[in-house]
Amino acid sequence: MKILVCVTSVPDTTTKIAFTDNNTKLNKAGVTFITGPYDDYALARAVELKEKTGASVTVLNVGEADTEPVIRKCLAIGADDAIRVNAEPTDAYFVAEQIAAIAKENSYDLILMGRESIDYNGGQVHGIVAEMLGIPSISPVMLLDIEGDTAQITREIEGGKESLEAKLPLVLGCQEPIAEWKIPNMRGIMTARTKPLKVVEPTGTDKLTTVDSYELPAPRGAVKMIPAEEAEKLIQLLHNEAKVI
Amino acid sequence: MSVLIFAELDEGKIKKSSQEAIFYGAKVAEMTGTSATAIIVGPADDAELASAGRFGATRVLHATDAKLTEPNGMAYATVVAAAVQQEGSKVIVLAKSSLADAMTARLAGKLKAGLAANVIELPNLSNGFVVKTSIYTGKAFAYNELKADTKILAIKKNTITPEEKDGTASVDPFTPALNEADFAISVKSTEKSSGDILLPEADLVVSAGRGLKGPENWEIVEDLANALHAATACSKPVSDLDWRPHSEHVGQTGIKISPNLYIACGISGAIQHLAGVNSSKVIVVINKDADAPFFKSADYGIVGDVFDVLPRLTKAVRAL
Repeated sequence: MKILVCVTSVPDTTTKIAFTDNNTKLNKAGVTFITGPYDDYALARAVELKEKTGASVTVLNVGEADTEPVIRKCLAIGADDAIRVNAEPTDAYFVAEQIAAIAKENSYDLILMGRESIDYNGGQVHGIVAEMLGIPSISPVMLLDIEGDTAQITREIEGGKESLEAKLPLVLGCQEPIAEWKIPNMRGIMTARTKPLKVVEPTGTDKLTTVDSYELPAPRGAVKMIPAEEAEKLIQLLHNEAKVI
Repeated sequence: MSVLIFAELDEGKIKKSSQEAIFYGAKVAEMTGTSATAIIVGPADDAELASAGRFGATRVLHATDAKLTEPNGMAYATVVAAAVQQEGSKVIVLAKSSLADAMTARLAGKLKAGLAANVIELPNLSNGFVVKTSIYTGKAFAYNELKADTKILAIKKNTITPEEKDGTASVDPFTPALNEADFAISVKSTEKSSGDILLPEADLVVSAGRGLKGPENWEIVEDLANALHAATACSKPVSDLDWRPHSEHVGQTGIKISPNLYIACGISGAIQHLAGVNSSKVIVVINKDADAPFFKSADYGIVGDVFDVLPRLTKAVRAL
């Protein structure tokens, strides 16, 4: 079985977001970049499937050269090789086109990625890739088991979950608790240095969307504190002042 | 050329978030000098379908093939793509949801559409087609220019407040050719809490964290939620500990919500939790620790014991 895991390189979840260049660029100063948390779940499950069934795991990132530390970490966690498409990943259709092009060349049985990236939160790339490949897509996937050419899947739906069965190949958007995040060990880190990382140039169309500028939310006003012994006053305030109940 | 709105049903009724989408789509139609048509898939009665007119749709296309009774993102995308083609629509509007997410991506792939997710305002058409979206899990916004000929706008809850008016939409049956490959996934079982208010749809949310000390104490949270007709939610540790189902987990790696009111009980307010809820209009924090960081991001705060405060709030709500 051949598994492709697509990962994003994103600001750490604790990052305080700021912009530079007249609000046209993310201020990367002091920002730690990590593997997208959802992508990390996808990778962890792929490595478990590799350990169980002897699958091969390729990591794919659409990103510029500064994403390579994240790719190396994925290799250290257990992926066999990696591909980086040398382009800024800013438009869902464009990113999907890159992934689909690699997938067409190598025909994977399973294409896994996070349910969404935590920078743009679109949650669309997996579905577009699957559409381009003409195969089913499922997201967000909470449990995944493979037997032969059949996948048993639990997907979250609004207010619950459902159990699904589908034949490979599939594209899946993953989330917890599909697997526990893995931390690379020393041996993994050493071997990751020499695992193949191929860099390819992007193909396809111009981007269908571009970001003109960014903005930070206006700060909330000062918090109005209500003494605990007068807690009932809160309900009056929500009713008469905030008018939300 | 009409603006096409994909309106979603829940148990035969147009979802509240989809009513917002219809109203939003009608506004875009007004701005672009065209009309708004809704495409609705699945069983619903004529009165319900025609009610799309109250939110500004002039027509409804209703697809009722028996194979479409169960939500199916891939099959729904095929239907909506056929409607786009029939109507010659250049702008497609829908409300973000788990079904809509699955549908939207396939549709964008089919139409080679410029796609904006988590749209939070009407578009600005003064220079191109620019929409404001929520990014970095609510920590920032982006102004996106949609350059493709066909545009898809997936709007976030509470983007717009629909003004209802008198009016009914005309309803036309819609029977496009279906694609067998869209039915390749078989649903073996579904677990869904029925009767409850769906968290992503809820206007009011009562949420609790580890401060509740154990799942057996959730009654006081549910009582307040019931009194308010609110949905219940929880923090990540609570869902990790299996005190509550994952479908209630709000935050960076859970559900992102933007209700009118979010009441956080016994949640300290880690930045990852805030990311999922900071688009809420009004935030109330109740925590016994006066130094809990969440108070800095709240509109109203009570430093107090949730076991004392929550039942008193419930009583006060019932007395309103």
